[in-house]
Parts: sequence; structure tokens; C-alpha cells
Amino acid sequence: MQRAAILAVLALTLAFPLAVQETYYLSFASRILVYALAATSLNLALGYGGMISFGHAAFVGTGAYVSSIFIAEGLTSAWIGWPAGVAAAALAALVIGAVSLRTRGVYFIMITLAFAQMMFFLVNSMKAYGGDEGLSLAGRASTGMGIDLGSDVAFYYTALALLAAAVYGMHRLARSRFGRVIQAIRENEARAEAIGFPVYRYKLACFVLAGAVGGLAGVLLASHGKYVNPNVLHWTQSGTLMVMVILGGVGRLWGGTLGAAALLGLEDLVSNHRVDWLAAVIPNYQQHASLGVGIVLLAIVLFAPQGIAGALERRRRA
Amino acid sequence: MTRPLLASALASIAVVVASLPSQAADKVKIGFISTLSGPSAALGVDIRDAFMLAVKLNGGKLGGFPAEVLIGDDQFKPDVGRQLAEKNIKLDKVNFLTGFVFSNIMLASVPVAFENKVIYVSPNAAPSPLAGKQCNPYFFAASWPNDAYHEAAGQHATDKGYKSVYMLAPNYQAGKDSLEGFKRFYKGRVAGEVYTQLGQLDYSAELAQVRAAGPEAVYIFLPGGMGINFIKQFVAAGLSKDIQLITPGFSSDQDIIRAVGDSMLGTFDAAHWALDLDNAANRKFVAAFENEYKRLPTVYASQGYDTALLIDSAVREVKGKIEDTEAVRKALKAAKFQSVRGAFKFNRNQYPIQNYYLRVVGKDAQGRIVNKTMGTIFKDRGDAYVQDCPMK
Amino acid sequence: MSWVLILEQTLNGVQFGLMLFLLAAGLTLVFGIMDMINLAHGSLYMLGAFFAAALVQATGSFALGVLLAIPATAAVGMLLEMSVLRTLYERDHLSQVLATFALILIFNEAVRIVWGSDMPLSTPAALSGPVQLLPGLAYPAYRLLIIGVGAVVAGFLYLLIARTRVGMLVRAGASNREMALAMGVNIRRLFTLLFGVGAGLCAVAGALLGPLLAVQVGMGENILILAFVVIVIGGIGSIRGALVGAVLVGLVDTIGRAFLPMLFGLFFQPRVASAAGPAIASVLAYLLMVAVLYFRPQGLFPARG
Repeated sequence: MQRAAILAVLALTLAFPLAVQETYYLSFASRILVYALAATSLNLALGYGGMISFGHAAFVGTGAYVSSIFIAEGLTSAWIGWPAGVAAAALAALVIGAVSLRTRGVYFIMITLAFAQMMFFLVNSMKAYGGDEGLSLAGRASTGMGIDLGSDVAFYYTALALLAAAVYGMHRLARSRFGRVIQAIRENEARAEAIGFPVYRYKLACFVLAGAVGGLAGVLLASHGKYVNPNVLHWTQSGTLMVMVILGGVGRLWGGTLGAAALLGLEDLVSNHRVDWLAAVIPNYQQHASLGVGIVLLAIVLFAPQGIAGALERRRRA
Repeated sequence: MTRPLLASALASIAVVVASLPSQAADKVKIGFISTLSGPSAALGVDIRDAFMLAVKLNGGKLGGFPAEVLIGDDQFKPDVGRQLAEKNIKLDKVNFLTGFVFSNIMLASVPVAFENKVIYVSPNAAPSPLAGKQCNPYFFAASWPNDAYHEAAGQHATDKGYKSVYMLAPNYQAGKDSLEGFKRFYKGRVAGEVYTQLGQLDYSAELAQVRAAGPEAVYIFLPGGMGINFIKQFVAAGLSKDIQLITPGFSSDQDIIRAVGDSMLGTFDAAHWALDLDNAANRKFVAAFENEYKRLPTVYASQGYDTALLIDSAVREVKGKIEDTEAVRKALKAAKFQSVRGAFKFNRNQYPIQNYYLRVVGKDAQGRIVNKTMGTIFKDRGDAYVQDCPMK
Repeated sequence: MSWVLILEQTLNGVQFGLMLFLLAAGLTLVFGIMDMINLAHGSLYMLGAFFAAALVQATGSFALGVLLAIPATAAVGMLLEMSVLRTLYERDHLSQVLATFALILIFNEAVRIVWGSDMPLSTPAALSGPVQLLPGLAYPAYRLLIIGVGAVVAGFLYLLIARTRVGMLVRAGASNREMALAMGVNIRRLFTLLFGVGAGLCAVAGALLGPLLAVQVGMGENILILAFVVIVIGGIGSIRGALVGAVLVGLVDTIGRAFLPMLFGLFFQPRVASAAGPAIASVLAYLLMVAVLYFRPQGLFPARG
């Protein structure tokens, strides 16, 4: 039964672009995939590594901006721009992590947040690349392999492939030695240190890896909308990613994906599909979607901290 | 292919063809996205209210066909505006896009329209890049070129002989355009040229600099809530006693007057329209607006109203065949409608050529604080960028 | 560069700093004593501003509106503490961050539903003009009021913390919570009261800054970050640290904003100078925080020994 359900979901995601005719819904689905990747990367740092980083949006944004700048300057090959974006994000994570991980608790949160805000203001002041108005791209990157990323269908499959690779990678990582050490550090740092693990180095490695994958998500995000804007780096975006992770299940393999799908799906449902009886009770309810999001999030934190993935798992065990 | 298969193939093709949208439009769909919340919401609200008033006075129609206006709020955020534009164009399949107040939000969003060959008629933002090198056949400015008010104000400052002027504008495309425009016609000394943050609300630091510089006049381009706060703080800091405040028309308009009050009296400004412009369309508009919304319209409202009338004239001209985008463009360019500003004609870059008037904030016959027309600064002025535009 | 200019910018910085202090004071106490990260603190500031705007409209008097907004916001704060926040004390920081982030979303929308996205709030007519402080310096009367109120509240808080029994309990709780509990302090009531005071302080800041900035949904988020920066600089749990940190941040931010563009303007074009200047000025506060943490990882005046 379980197996059949998984196969059905798999078939659906693979066949989806062929079944759907409206480019809008295909574009929307691709957006979910991209955010799923971003949330999954945050899950690595947050769920597995236990590092509450409010600066994750900075890495997503770095990937988005660097890859976009390459296209804006005429270097349209994805093989150049995309790795550049990921590398830039990894570098940013290295620098920020190296400084921030020397602190703990709220100081860590504050420093990651401060760095993220610094990057936000830096990007905002780059008038050459749009500044506050953002940067519109003439087109998506070219792969030169016969895959035209300009086609929404091709983009969907590319994003799907990258997400699948990331989740699989995380699955293997969690079971590997590195993964076990990171989770041990998250559970009890003092004990891990006492055993003799170089805690700082492990955490930094995890942080950088999460930042790099976040950068990849940023590259896809900019590519998808052909537009990037400094708001991508704002700390409230980190908050949104965190909401996705907690919704989906922090520390769980599919947490990021489920959370992204749930949050974005819910938002779209509320804004675009009127429920008449609800509108009769609360007029304009569609403009107040985030109220529902806030309430759901609060409820989850208070009553179901394991998120959707956790609930599904409990159902399976029961 | 066997017979039944061929038959069913033909049948399905027939079904698909039959379900395709019919050729002539039975209604006009407009995507209206504007800033409807936040400190600068008054601007978007005025444009929307005036646009909807025009549609209502037309019996809910544009060009004789029922109008469906989808209204969205960009919340002063470029990415939100862009997302709404995408939805309007890709999902709702609107025939026209309009509404943006701020040029940064508009510049982030209109590429979606241009790519999909959807016409954008601007009720406000008309930045210089789209007037010159990047002029686009799908962009029509129903308002005025971004520089225009500032050029007129600069000319006025020259005429009045102010020896030094201190200038402030927010740091974005329209801000840059505004001060360039002012300097193009102001021949005196620039005492200071300061760019503030877009959306900034506390000007204490900048005002201290103004005080230290001691200019004869201050010129500001600070639309919406920014302007309200600046003017209030300018007065509170005691600077209004010694320094003349000059603004572009919208920075001294009804929304600002409502918020600031008596301390605005005596401010000079430049605009392409005023409440007291004497033509039939304007008299009808002002009376109808005040009757419907119980407040006096701003320039933004006049622009929103004109936008609706322009679209109405174009749809009427093509007799409803709005899917023929080229014909619609020609019809828009012909601009056969009675504008509230008087005569209306487009330049070859699809920006208007019109007059600009000097106004002063004073009291009208009923004792209300309004802008009164004092004279004409420019007659039949276009813009400074048209020579770079390759369009005919 | 005149003395008048420097004096005026200093006053501006102090004014901003004192308002930051009002926010930071409540935040540092909550964090210091209850060990809780409360992101919704900015929402209480926003609520204070909206209450003030609504009450000023209802009563027609600025003073009355502001004064009534304080207990209104404090009441909401205490209700919030007793219902939702109490359950978070024992939880880990991540849960606190997420739950209070959720509260930000809820408050923003709730305020939007009740009052709309923004409300007008003007300085009282009597204070709309300038006061001649020096020949050549006419400083806005309203800002002088803010400085005055901020100083008075700071003094009052100092007396409360240093000279009263309640203050002693607060200091005890800040330096060692378990010990204070063991000594029999009624922690529950103390926490609720503390939260109410913090909310009241937020209301004062929100109501006073409303006419200068704008009373709008989302106004809490921007200032919240700066408040956190202040308490990290000042030392978590310390009122004195919050005051020093806030004034420092206020001065650095204002003077940076005023003089950096000028400095850059000497070397670059106005538009570049005006982009880089404010950008680096806003970052100055964060740089200050990083610098302080480097030399004094616990902040300037840590409460915990």
C-alpha cells in the first residue's frame, strides 16, 4: 500500500508537465521544486546540523545574483554561470560560517542575521545590477546540450533532477560517518567534543555544504523567473524557508520538499481560488493568507513539532 | 491508420478547435496592479478609483464591451508586482496591463508584458530609458515623461532667479531622472544633490545638512508618504521660514495637502494638469470624482481617468478586435479621446507631448486648500530622449 | 562642517537611540531572565503605534491617545505571555524563534484586518514647530519631547531596577534564574509583569515614533533587528547595557547616514555616493556588533556574572 502510494506520487511528478496544459501551473510547480531545494538545503544546516541560521537567504541570494550577473554580462552558458553561483554561495558560507560558528546560541543567530543583512544592503546598493529594482534577465542560461532551458518543460525536469539528486545526497550523507557525527553534535555538542571530534570543523563543513546547495537553489530561482531582486536576501526570506522546513518536518529527509509544497500550495490555493462561504464570513480573506500561515505554523510548533513528515511517519508506524 | 482511429482523431481535433477561444472579444480584461497599501497607498488608490470611475461612467464598459478589471496590490515591492503581472498575463490572460505607480516596480514587471506581447498603458511611471534607447512598442505612457515636471520646476526656479537650490530625491531610476530634469533647466547653483533611500521616512539627518548648506530654495522629488514626512519635518525644523519649497506637482497635491495642512500654503509646483483647467472633460471628471468619492482628485487620479479613456478609445476604434495587437497599437497611438488635460497627442516614442503649468498652493472659493494655476511654463513639450528611440 | 550641524546630528542620534532603548529594554529583560527569544517584540511596538493612532482619533487628544495606548498594549502583551509564550520557556531556541515568527505573521494580518495597512498619526499641533535652541539651530520641538520622554523613562527604569524590590528580583533572576526560583520568587507572576512592562515600553516607542515615521503594518520588523543588535552589544539582561548600546547604535547610524555620503561624495559621483553611503551606514551598526562581540563576547555589560 505504502509502495503503491510512493509510486503513484513518483509517476505524477514525472508525468505532470505532459498532463498540464497551462504554462502557469507548470511554472508554479517548478517554483515549488526550486523552493523545495532551498528548504532542503536549510534543513541540512538546521535539522541535521542544529544550526539556527537566519542568514540562509543570503546564500540563496548569492547564487541567484552571481549566476544572473554572468548572464547579464553576456556569458550565457549554464556550465559557467551555474557553478559560479554555487561556488560564490559556498565561499560566502565559508566566510560567514568561519566567523559565526565561533559563537553559540543567540549570538550565532544574531551574527548570521547581521551578515545576511550586510549582504542585502550590499546587493541593494549595486545600482549597476538593478539595485532595488532588481535585475531582469533576457533569457535563461544555455546548456549547449540540446536542452533548451527556455522551455518550461525542460526547466521543470532539470529542477526535478537536481532536487532528486540533492535529496538522495542528503539521504546518503545522513547515513554516512559525517552525517552521524553531525547529528551527534546536534544532540549534544559537549559530548561530541569530549569524544574528540573536531566539532568546529564538522559544523563548518555542514554549513558550507548547506550554503552551496542553497546557492544552487538560488541559481534555479533566478533562472526560473528570469528575475532577481534584493528581497531574496532579506532575513524574512530566511524566515519563510524556516517555516517550510518546520512545516515539512525539521531534520527529516523530505521535510524541505513537503514544507515547500505545503506552504506554496496553500498560499496559491487561498489567493487564487475563492471559497465563497468563507468569503461571506470574512470578506477579503484572500488578502490575509499569511494569517492562516501564521496560525498553522504556531500550531505546528506548539503541538506537532515534527511537521508533516513526522505526522506521516507516525501514521505509518501506528 | 485504421478508420475508427482516423475518425476519432478528426473528432478530437474538431473538439479542440471548437473549444478554442472565439476570435472577436466579448469583453475587455484589464490587469490593474498598483501600490494599494503602505504609506504611499494614496497614489495607487487614486489611480484605481479614477480608472474605475471612468469605467463606471461608461456603463461598466470600455470601447462598448464589458470591462473586467482585475485589481492587485504590489505592496510597494517589485517582486510582488512582477508575480502579479505574471499571473495576470499567463493565467488570467488579460488584454491590457496597467496601474503601476512606481517606476522601479513597473520596470521589474513590464518585461513580462513585453515578452508576451501584452500592451502596458502607464497611468504614472514613464522613466527615461523607455523613452529613449529602450523604447518599446508595447509601452504607452498616458501620464507624462518622468523628467517633465522637474524640467518645468527647474525652468520656474530659473525664471524666479533663485541663486542656489538644494535637491533631494530617492535613489532609484525616477529619482535620478527627476534631478537630471531639474538641472537641465535650472541655471543657478546647485547647493546640494542628495539621494535618499526609497521609502525612507525620517529625514532629520538630511534636514540638518540642508540647514548647514543654507540654500534659497529646496527642490524635492519625494512621492507619497516620503513627501508627507519630509514636508512635515521640514516645517518642524523651522526651515520653511527662510527657504522656499519647490516641488513637482504631485508632491503638493491633494493627498499631501490632506496630510500636511496649512503649512503647505505658498508652495510652488509644476504639473501638466490642475483642478481648475477649463475644459469640458475636466469639469465633468472633477465633479464626478468629488461626488463619488467625497474628496478632490490628485494628478494621479486625472492620469488614471485618462488611461481608461485612452483604452476605451482604442477598443472602440478597432471595434472590439483586440486580439489584433498591431491595430490596437495604432488606435492607441492615434489617441482619439477628450483628455482632462485638454489636447492629448503622442510623440513617436509613445510618450505624450503637452503643456506644463505653474501652480501654487492656495485657497479656492470655498476656502479649501488646492493648487491654483498661475501660468504656463512649457507649451507642447515632449521629452529629452525621443531622439534615441528607433520607433517611428 | 559647523558645530551647529554636529550638534544637530548628535541630537538626532540620541533621539533615535533613546527610542531604540525603549524597545531594547523590554527585549533584554525577557531574554535575560526568561531566556526566550521573542521576535514578536516588534509586533508589540507596531501594536502600540496603531493603538495610539486609533485612540488619538477617538479621543481627539494626542497625549490621551498615547497614554491610553500604553496599558492597552501592555494588556495584550500580558495576555500573550499567559497564553502562548508561557509554553515556550522550556522549549529550545529554534521553537521559540519559529513560534514568535508565526506571531509576527499573525499580528501583521490581524492589525491589517482591524485597522487596515496604515493609519495616520500626526504630531500634536503645539509641537509641530521648532524650538530655538541656539542662534542658527531651530530644533523640532517634537524630537525634543522624544528625547525628554526617553530620558525620563530611562531614569524611571533605572530606579525601578536598582532601587526597588521588584527590581532586585529582576536582577536576581537575570543573573541566576535557578537560584532565584530556589529562593522562592514567584516567577510566574514576575514574568507576566515583566512582559507587560516590556510591552508598555514598546507602546511608548511606537506611539512616539509614529508621527515621525509611519504607522504601518510591518513597521516592527525593521526596528526589531536593530533592537537585537543593541542588546547583543549591550549585554543580554542588562538595562544599562541596553541604554549604552542603544545610544551608541543611534549615534553611529545617524552620524554614519549623515556624513558617510558626504565623505564618499568627495571621491565619487553623487548617485554612487548616495548608494554606498546609506548602505554602509546601515551596516555600521552590524559591524559595531561584530566588533564588540570580538572583544567582549558577552557584550559590554553582561548581566550574568
